Amino acid sequence: MTEAPAEQGRRRRSIDPTDALLTVDDLQVHFPIRRGILVERQVGAVKAVDGVDLTIPRGSTVGLVGESGCGKSTFGRALLRLVEPTGGSVHFDGTDLLALDDEQMRRMRRQMQMVFQDPMASLDPRQDVESVLTEPLRAHRIEGDHRARARELLDLVGLPATALSRYPHEFSGGQRQRIGIARAIALEPQLIVADEPVSALDVSIQAQVVNLLEELQDRLGLTYLVIAHDLAVVRHIADVVAVMYLGGLVEQAASDELYAAPLHPYTRALMSAVPIPDPEVEDTRQRILLAGDLPSPAAPPPGCRFHTRCPFRQETRCDDERPQLRSVATRPPSHRVACHWAEDIDAGRIQPRASAVVEPDAS
Amino acid sequence: MSLSQVEAATESDQLEPGGANLRRAAWRRLRRDPVALVGFALIAMFVLVAILAPLIAPYGPRDQPGAGLITPTTIPGPSAEHWFGLDEQGRDELSRIIYGARQSLLVGVVAMLLGMAGGLVLGMLAGAFGRWVDTVVMRIVDVMLSIPGLLMAIAIAAVLGQSLTSVMIAIAVINVPIFARLLRGQMLSQRESDYVLAARSLGVRHRSIVLSHVLPNSMSPVIVQATLTLATAIIEAAALSFLGLGGADPSVPEWGRMLASTQLYLASAPHLALFPGLAIVIAALGFTLVGERLREALDPKYRR
Repeated sequence: MTEAPAEQGRRRRSIDPTDALLTVDDLQVHFPIRRGILVERQVGAVKAVDGVDLTIPRGSTVGLVGESGCGKSTFGRALLRLVEPTGGSVHFDGTDLLALDDEQMRRMRRQMQMVFQDPMASLDPRQDVESVLTEPLRAHRIEGDHRARARELLDLVGLPATALSRYPHEFSGGQRQRIGIARAIALEPQLIVADEPVSALDVSIQAQVVNLLEELQDRLGLTYLVIAHDLAVVRHIADVVAVMYLGGLVEQAASDELYAAPLHPYTRALMSAVPIPDPEVEDTRQRILLAGDLPSPAAPPPGCRFHTRCPFRQETRCDDERPQLRSVATRPPSHRVACHWAEDIDAGRIQPRASAVVEPDAS
Repeated sequence: MSLSQVEAATESDQLEPGGANLRRAAWRRLRRDPVALVGFALIAMFVLVAILAPLIAPYGPRDQPGAGLITPTTIPGPSAEHWFGLDEQGRDELSRIIYGARQSLLVGVVAMLLGMAGGLVLGMLAGAFGRWVDTVVMRIVDVMLSIPGLLMAIAIAAVLGQSLTSVMIAIAVINVPIFARLLRGQMLSQRESDYVLAARSLGVRHRSIVLSHVLPNSMSPVIVQATLTLATAIIEAAALSFLGLGGADPSVPEWGRMLASTQLYLASAPHLALFPGLAIVIAALGFTLVGERLREALDPKYRR
């Protein structure tokens, strides 16, 4: 094996950051909470996604990370209108997706596909692999030899052609995910939203599937949005990483930049939880612990969403003013953060509360 | 060979042999299950007896070989000549039971099929379209369910007049809501599944998602219910004819009516109650055993 997984992420391809394939503007997904038996009235809303802006340049991989329940999966589904957004806009290659009617949207789906977390659940147990791979071709009335195309797809994802007549339960987890990926590329889409593509797989298989995704990107010129909670996976695969907390983005930067020098307190806490494979660094580094759970998205805290758990919280602004994503003078303009105090925290003028810090000699 | 192909090749050793799907696997488990085999044997016996009745019955259903042996106080019980004895009109009870199997099988199968068809149509409407269609259909079903089954069947059979057809329709109607609710519930849970979402994201049309994914994956419990319904339909048919709502021709043997007409002679000829009762129990038991075991074979939670 010559292609050992690179520690610092893989070689960067030439990407024009201004050539946006997908532009998301102030996207909102609010699920109504209803009460009443005969006459239902809305008593509130779960704000799963609450005002997210994101641009995905053509040919790039954007990683979206965050805790469970922060709304990252809902965001991925809302992009593809698998969940209807309640506000904002999504432009794909210049087309306003939210303005399309059902049939127009159905046709548009050729261009954008999804890879799911659990490959067993996302494959119909009664469908053999041939039927799985040819279904999208039939749905879009694509001419040609479907069986030959199915073989070609299996070859692309590294499965033998004998898999065609088999059923999903006969495969291992990694093989099933390969089938899911083959199905996603069957229509030669431009964009693939991968929702936790490897987190249901054995660690030994994860690297293989990540490598496969990268290989396919190089061969087919795909654009990815990879949603994950595993920071190492995202660091490896993504060019740009966006960090999500409670329905909103808190930081966005080039992958290497974000991992080397996170600005937002939440990102810092996440990063400090990742073990560093160097015993000396690992022994001397500071860790920031987050107290408490994610607040309910039905009643998000006012001001900065993170202020209830933030170890850097200040007396002013944090509680009552919601910070917008902005760039910071000392960093490249592509590095954007939603924190009022980012400069002061970065310069060390604001220190985290001692109770939230685990010093290296404490253990 | 690319890297991922090499990796996949090492993984492909884990491929299991054979191309069996879930239903075939369930069928294999069922064939090894002794309880299910007993059920199958009972069903086979019941069906064979019904089909071959004219060949195996020693007498015709209207023959009265023992007409001279009947007095108001004596009805001869089982003997070497008449294994199940004679009935109050001197007819051979065994032959009557054998011919009665035809009526029960016919009513059971037709009523079950009608009930299932009606239930599937309603359930599919509700499960496929949702929203107001679902609300309207399910309220109708709720109303149907709120009337006790046998009472409803009696009312329907009484309105339609005394015939076998009305018995079948009556039993079918009381089974419609059961199938409708079952299918709707299954379809609703399947609609939330990831593979339906996957099909939607592929751009598969709603109609083909329902027909090729949701419906086939919702049918297993319906098949189980159909088997169990056959058993209850046989019992309900017997109950209706016991109450005098069976076929119009009293000389056609029906297990329920045979039980009813024996009430007067219960003390002097208990065998006339015993044998039709046993026949009903055995026929219903066969379908129940197979249905229960089928449910377990199809349900991954029960796998042993």
